[in-house]
Amino acid sequence: MIYLLLFWEFFKIGLFAIGGGLVTVPFLFDLSETYQWFTSQELTDMIAIAQSTPGPVGINMATFAGFKTAGIGGALLATLGEILPSMIVIYVIAGMLARWRENKYVNQVLASIRPAVLALILFAGWHLAGAMIVNYKEVIFLFILLIAMRLYKTSAIFYIIISAVIGIVLKI
Amino acid sequence: MVSWWKLYALFFKMGLFTFGGGYAMLPILKNEAVEKQKWITEEELLNYYSIGQCTPGIIAVNAASFIGYKLQGIRGLIAATLGVVSPSLIIIMIIAALLSRYMDNQYVQMAFGGIRISVIALIISTVTDMWKKGIKDLRGYIIFGITAVLLWCFDISAVFIVIMAAFSGFIPDFRSKKQ
Repeated sequence: MIYLLLFWEFFKIGLFAIGGGLVTVPFLFDLSETYQWFTSQELTDMIAIAQSTPGPVGINMATFAGFKTAGIGGALLATLGEILPSMIVIYVIAGMLARWRENKYVNQVLASIRPAVLALILFAGWHLAGAMIVNYKEVIFLFILLIAMRLYKTSAIFYIIISAVIGIVLKI
Repeated sequence: MVSWWKLYALFFKMGLFTFGGGYAMLPILKNEAVEKQKWITEEELLNYYSIGQCTPGIIAVNAASFIGYKLQGIRGLIAATLGVVSPSLIIIMIIAALLSRYMDNQYVQMAFGGIRISVIALIISTVTDMWKKGIKDLRGYIIFGITAVLLWCFDISAVFIVIMAAFSGFIPDFRSKKQ
């Protein structure tokens, strides 16, 4: 029974949390109050861990909360519940996009959203930088990385691994 | 045609190296799906992020679903989405069960200090890389400018911004009419 309830609650989060992983946080706080599956202290720890482990934050949090509530089955069902609304909605939209690919208005609308999304992405980077870069060492490292990425177009994964190593060596 | 197994494996890899939210995944998707595999174009990737921004769910999952669907229909959508969430399932369960104090380890913290900065740098340099594909004319610059002002000065929600930008697509281009 707990499995069904978990699935249903996370399905609702997946359906109503619009705009990405951290938007799910208030919904998770509601869950901790309604069901006492986990405390708000535990939830705060989960958010911290979800942000510093591999994988999209929203999925990490759903997996963590599901596991805390009902073990491995809970983790699987919470995650599945959270991604199912996305899959259904995107399935419908992707089908429509494929059908209307040649439509003038669809293309005009998409061409008008793209510049706005670039600004949104830049703003997200700015926000992250403001929250995470606190000393001059980090500022210098950021600029060195930006220049390196300009000069050497290599995989993003390479830069992530190298930065982890540099973080340990230079104690950033 | 790419097999669903390869699709799963590649999205597994991309999920594994996504640290943070959906935006952190954008540089990795651009690298793998656009440049290496040539599954989609930069414009399509931006389209997926635009739509993923104002539809339900996690942006990373929305983007994976879109790409999977484009390549293999419903089977591809399922393979890509399960691939992108699988690393989370495995790693978080291990941490929750065994290593709940792993965050306190100083080497883990230092590694993440480095990773976080690289994620920020990757997001910024992805925007500059995609600039030409995203902004092609004066209209594009105006939309970018207005969006930037709305975000930096008024902190307006992303969903609202995307919807407004979509409506602006219906405003006719007066310059081309005069010709």
